[in-house]
Amino acid sequence: MTDRPPPTPTPGTVAATQAPRPGGLADRPEHSPESPLSIHDVTVAYHRRPVLWDIDYDAPPVAPDSGRLIAIVGPNGAGKSTLIKACLGLVPRASGTVEVFGLPAERQRAIIGYVPQRESVDWDFPVSALDVVAMGLYGRIGWFRPVTRRWRERARAALDQVGLADLAGRQISQLSGGQQQRVFLARALAQDARLYFMDEPFAGVDAATERAIVDVLRDFRARGRTVVVVHHALATVPEYFDDVLLLNMRIVAAGPVETTFTKDNLRKTYGGRLTLLDQAAQALALAEEPR
Amino acid sequence: MSLTDTSISFPPWSQVFDVLAFRQGYNTSAVVLGTTLLGLAAGTVGVFTLLRRRALMGDVLAHATLPGIALAFLAATALGMEGRSLPVLLLGAAATAVLAAAAVQAVTRHTRLTEDTAMAAALSVFFGVGVVLLMVIARMPVGNQGGLKTFILGQTAAMTGRDTMLIGGLALAAFVVTGLVYKELRLVCFDAGYARARGWPVGALDLLMMALVVTITVVGLQAVGLVLVIALVIIPPTAARFWTSQLGVMLPVSAAIGAISGYLGAAVSALIPRLPTGAIIVLTAGAVFIVSMLAAPHRGLLATALRALALRRRTAEHHVLRALFESRETGAPPSLRELRGIGGAVARLDRRGLLTGRGASMALTARGLSQAAQITRNHRLWEQFLVDYAELAPSHVDFSADRVEHVLTPDLVAELEAAAAARGRLPTPAGAELIPSVHPLRSPDAGGGP
Repeated sequence: MTDRPPPTPTPGTVAATQAPRPGGLADRPEHSPESPLSIHDVTVAYHRRPVLWDIDYDAPPVAPDSGRLIAIVGPNGAGKSTLIKACLGLVPRASGTVEVFGLPAERQRAIIGYVPQRESVDWDFPVSALDVVAMGLYGRIGWFRPVTRRWRERARAALDQVGLADLAGRQISQLSGGQQQRVFLARALAQDARLYFMDEPFAGVDAATERAIVDVLRDFRARGRTVVVVHHALATVPEYFDDVLLLNMRIVAAGPVETTFTKDNLRKTYGGRLTLLDQAAQALALAEEPR
Repeated sequence: MSLTDTSISFPPWSQVFDVLAFRQGYNTSAVVLGTTLLGLAAGTVGVFTLLRRRALMGDVLAHATLPGIALAFLAATALGMEGRSLPVLLLGAAATAVLAAAAVQAVTRHTRLTEDTAMAAALSVFFGVGVVLLMVIARMPVGNQGGLKTFILGQTAAMTGRDTMLIGGLALAAFVVTGLVYKELRLVCFDAGYARARGWPVGALDLLMMALVVTITVVGLQAVGLVLVIALVIIPPTAARFWTSQLGVMLPVSAAIGAISGYLGAAVSALIPRLPTGAIIVLTAGAVFIVSMLAAPHRGLLATALRALALRRRTAEHHVLRALFESRETGAPPSLRELRGIGGAVARLDRRGLLTGRGASMALTARGLSQAAQITRNHRLWEQFLVDYAELAPSHVDFSADRVEHVLTPDLVAELEAAAAARGRLPTPAGAELIPSVHPLRSPDAGGGP
């Protein structure tokens, strides 16, 4: 937050800028209601120890035929997964708001997709690849209704798009790691959301899967979707992504790859933690701890 | 019967048949039917309890019913009602079970204790309170309290036809509800994070699952007893999992195992009233579990052991074939002595017509030669790959290649060939199909091995 200039106060309105902000985001100067994702002043804490401080971010608006691929990049422990989980409401926010196309994220779940980390589920679970992909359609199938053939055909089409049509009936533990990742991707495809969050989809996958993921990302972009991807491999950021969000417990820099993904910004992101943030977090955690 | 009379008399076969065929009077038939329905519902609900990893929580709920039973008895007696009334007791049981679940939740959320610690504490404290209350009741000057103890280990003899109707009805309801939200429970059990992100009420579905377990527990108190009832929830799905990897199959199999356990257990108990019903039911389920664990195809222990044996045999055969092939290349006698278990491998290869002769005169047949060439080629492709791409020293790759070469699929071999071709190893300079070994083969004088 110290790396970005504070909003310039208009002369004569000092008192107004210091007054507490109203709840909505529409009156923020940098905010646009068409933004697929607006994060305002989000702080996240685990056991009262903050891991993300005062995150502000607005994803650029998109057109129907040109979406946006956004990478979240940062060192281990920077809070990359935590940020997208906070947006999805999977971890509680200590403060702040998240809006999707101008409405609170909680009310936009139907148009928000999610690809969790592959390790987050038990792959020995007794379901087939097709069963997992069909889960992306449950929201549209609705409560109590069974997954009928019509829906299974849709799920199969999504599997086909990631090159796994032949493995639809295969039990998921019989798939390779890359194939499992593609099954997750197909589930996201089947859902057909407008904003996607993906948690390290490229982690530990084979070349064929990496190509499949990139194809899907480009397809999403061509259809005007916004995709926010937690990404580890710095080398591929300029090739795969339009925007980058450099994170290390706070936002170091965010914007188009050409202007933001600079050596200077990377050094600021990876060049050690801001130790003061760490120390303050520790102090907050200890303040309520029994001695 | 006196207290010292511990003999168990086996009933005549005609009576056995009558009980199993629901012909031993209304009461016995009702009890057998009710317990069967209980097993059916427990096996169904249990599948999701198992997949959501809530087995231990189920045990907490079961044990926490005891103080509820005692308190309900005390309250009903104080109000001048019949203390042994089943609906009243079940209501009390459900109340303290829910209280225990809430206690576990609260402790986990507000302290840094892990859930298993909180569950262990809740289980013992609630059960302890129940035991103390039972002692208090036993010393009170009210009659008709003796039956309460049967809730701990279960005793179908104490069940009436009316009780059974209630039990069977509740079990059936739990079964139907589970079927209704099958799709939603499957999603939450597989990927709760995704479900929550998509807006499914994961907390409410978890609560529903908990409520179903409480229902089964409470319903099973009389027949199985609170100590063992969780076994009837957990063992059938665990056994069913051995037979299938499809939830749609696992569910009916588990329900069937539960139903059969309940049916047989209640029948045995009707024939030999001294045996504790709960134990018989659970032992029946346990027997099915052990058979499943041993004999199930694919996931069973026997099948696993057979697969390991087949791989060991194939490995030994490959070693013999490669040793013979390489001895043709080097002109040295094959070094088979250091390979373990080759006697059987040589005999099997001989039977399949891949080699002839023994000892020094052992030789590959034409068919054996082509197989041996294939195996040796795979071995060297893998070695070459490790040297070229994993940058391992040529002297270190023999062992790991030995492990992998026996499980190489045609797809993997094709990828290895592509990798070797990319480094200019294929086709070989001599134009031969076989690529040379990355390390020196055994020289003639070292042929015997250590």
